Amino acid sequence: MKDILLKYGLNTLTKKVLNDLYWSMLRIRMFEEKIVELYPEQEMKCPVHLCIGQEAIAAGVCLHLNKSDYVFSNHRGHGHCLAKGAAMKPLMAEFYGKETGCSKGKGGSMHIIDIEHGILGTSAIVGGGIPMGVGAALASSMKGEESVTAIFFGDGAFDEGAFYESFNFASLKKLPVVFVCENNFYATNSHQSARQSGCRISDSAASFDSRGHCVDGNDPLAVYKAAQDAVALARKGGGPSLIEAKTYRWKGHVGPEEDWTKGCRPKEELDYWKEQCPIKKFTALLLEKGAMTTEEMEQAKSAINGELAEAVAFAKASPYPKEAALLEDVYYEAKK
Amino acid sequence: MPWTKIYGSRTEFDKALKDKPGLRGITYKEAIREATAQLLSTDKSVFVIGEGVDDSGGVFGTTKGLQEEFGKERVMDSPLAENGITGVCVGAAAAGMKPILVHMRTDFLPISLDQILNHAAKWHYMFGGSVNIPLVIRSIIGRGWGSAAQHSQSLQAMFMNIPGLRVIMPATPFDAKGLLIAALRDGNPVIMIEHRWLYDHVGHVPEEMYEVPLGKAVVRKAGKDATIVAVSHMVHEAVQAAEALQDEGIDCEVIDLRTLKPMDSATVIESVRKTGRLVVADTGWKECAVGAEVMAKVAEAGVALRSPLVRVNLPEAPTPASPALEKAYYPGKNDIIEAVRKTAGHGKRQAEHINNSPVL
Repeated sequence: MKDILLKYGLNTLTKKVLNDLYWSMLRIRMFEEKIVELYPEQEMKCPVHLCIGQEAIAAGVCLHLNKSDYVFSNHRGHGHCLAKGAAMKPLMAEFYGKETGCSKGKGGSMHIIDIEHGILGTSAIVGGGIPMGVGAALASSMKGEESVTAIFFGDGAFDEGAFYESFNFASLKKLPVVFVCENNFYATNSHQSARQSGCRISDSAASFDSRGHCVDGNDPLAVYKAAQDAVALARKGGGPSLIEAKTYRWKGHVGPEEDWTKGCRPKEELDYWKEQCPIKKFTALLLEKGAMTTEEMEQAKSAINGELAEAVAFAKASPYPKEAALLEDVYYEAKK
Repeated sequence: MPWTKIYGSRTEFDKALKDKPGLRGITYKEAIREATAQLLSTDKSVFVIGEGVDDSGGVFGTTKGLQEEFGKERVMDSPLAENGITGVCVGAAAAGMKPILVHMRTDFLPISLDQILNHAAKWHYMFGGSVNIPLVIRSIIGRGWGSAAQHSQSLQAMFMNIPGLRVIMPATPFDAKGLLIAALRDGNPVIMIEHRWLYDHVGHVPEEMYEVPLGKAVVRKAGKDATIVAVSHMVHEAVQAAEALQDEGIDCEVIDLRTLKPMDSATVIESVRKTGRLVVADTGWKECAVGAEVMAKVAEAGVALRSPLVRVNLPEAPTPASPALEKAYYPGKNDIIEAVRKTAGHGKRQAEHINNSPVL
């Protein structure tokens, strides 16, 4: 294990952390794969943006967050919410458009909320959640809380002005924010190099007098270490950091299919990245170091399968919202 | 009632003050400042942010001295990042704060439409009511001295089209204070549009905190021959027009909408049922706007009319800079007088027979 500490510059690394990283990634992967499996039934009548291949980032960052810390996510947000602690049932029910869903069936898969776990709502406008996350950090800072806000966005959001406006403000006010850019190289089907002159996202932090880290987003320990530094800095009042985690999305921009068949991206690129599968590589490492046994891994899979089966059964059995709900909650009404 | 009365000038108010000692009069801008200060001092979750809110002018006096009083953390200058800062306010509101976001000009709101329309307006509904966004976005309509096309727009109609938003346009100091307080306590995103020409208007404003309920219009002048519905600065033009028309024997009812969304259609419909005539005077453009909406509501209610409806709006062009063109651009009390004459039956002589004319 000493070599791992040296490689990542970590002071300590417990078996629990390794197990938690594995568990978190696997839980996300299996959740997304379940959607792939069920989607053809056409009972889940909403667009799904899957994060298979990108699990290490959500897992590595959220492991440093407390329950009261905030997470702001985006349209590809299932993984972030699960990693932050969201239960599967209200998510799955939401995707099925049911009234038991986390957003009572009004949001769909792009709009997840779990206030108890610090998820105040995910935006499906690229870059839209970034200023909101900074706002939540401003709120916690004004209230004297010690919360940290992690904001997840893709390389597409780096094209948006909202990112620059938000980063500048977070830095100006030294707000406890960790900006996490999941650079999977594609905004829908448009490659980063077609959209960005520099393609050096993490470097932009310097312009805001802040720290940027570029890490292998498929290596949960690399993400874990970068997030450890960034969260600690934010928590002690050192202001925001930017983590650029390079990764790859296995599925198309939206839906359960791979998109190379439609000529969106080269198959050999996908094949290369599948070889870099964060779970596969991490599994090998855990076994090699004796941090987990195959039996323990099987137990984890079985437990997650149990949670998934319950979530799907709950979602399918739950009622649709009543028609009367259509005009409910357009406006907030103070409780009398 | 002293708080529904429109005072055309300081002299007029001072005169009223003599008759009614104890009547406290302050300007529209002072009323906004007072409401903001009281909100800040009574609710720790309130903060003020905006470009130049801390400068010596204090956004035409509406935020003057607030930073000295409440500190830089609660009254803060903003980077020139309208969309980003609006998003910061939306996020802060979702996390339990009550921000007042201030824009020097209404023209800056379009830069932040993503956060207003896609986020603030949607957050409560899109997440099944589990979170709400208590946020007031103040902005000011400029006019005159060559303000031109990008510093003078009245964009209220854009926001009226969006479920989830509320839109208010106070016309008097009393309403400016009461509506601002009610808006921030409402718990929803509220677009408050002020008019710069109202800032020095004086009116009765109680010192204590009070609310003017959102969604309630007020009858500024009762009348039986024609209804004039107006907003913001045009309320003052309408009141003057109504006074002039009184001399011609046309008795106008003037309704100040105060809140555009939700609109108090009941008050308007009741009035038009009585008068059978309607003129709507807005500070903005004509199509798909305040007048169109008021008239649609009257039509949908099946109100019997005595004459065609008339709208008083800006001409269909951006605002020009030259004083000669500006003068031609802005409608005022004379345009409202003309509009009412038109509805009342083409001039003064016919007006005498108004009450005998048949219902259409």
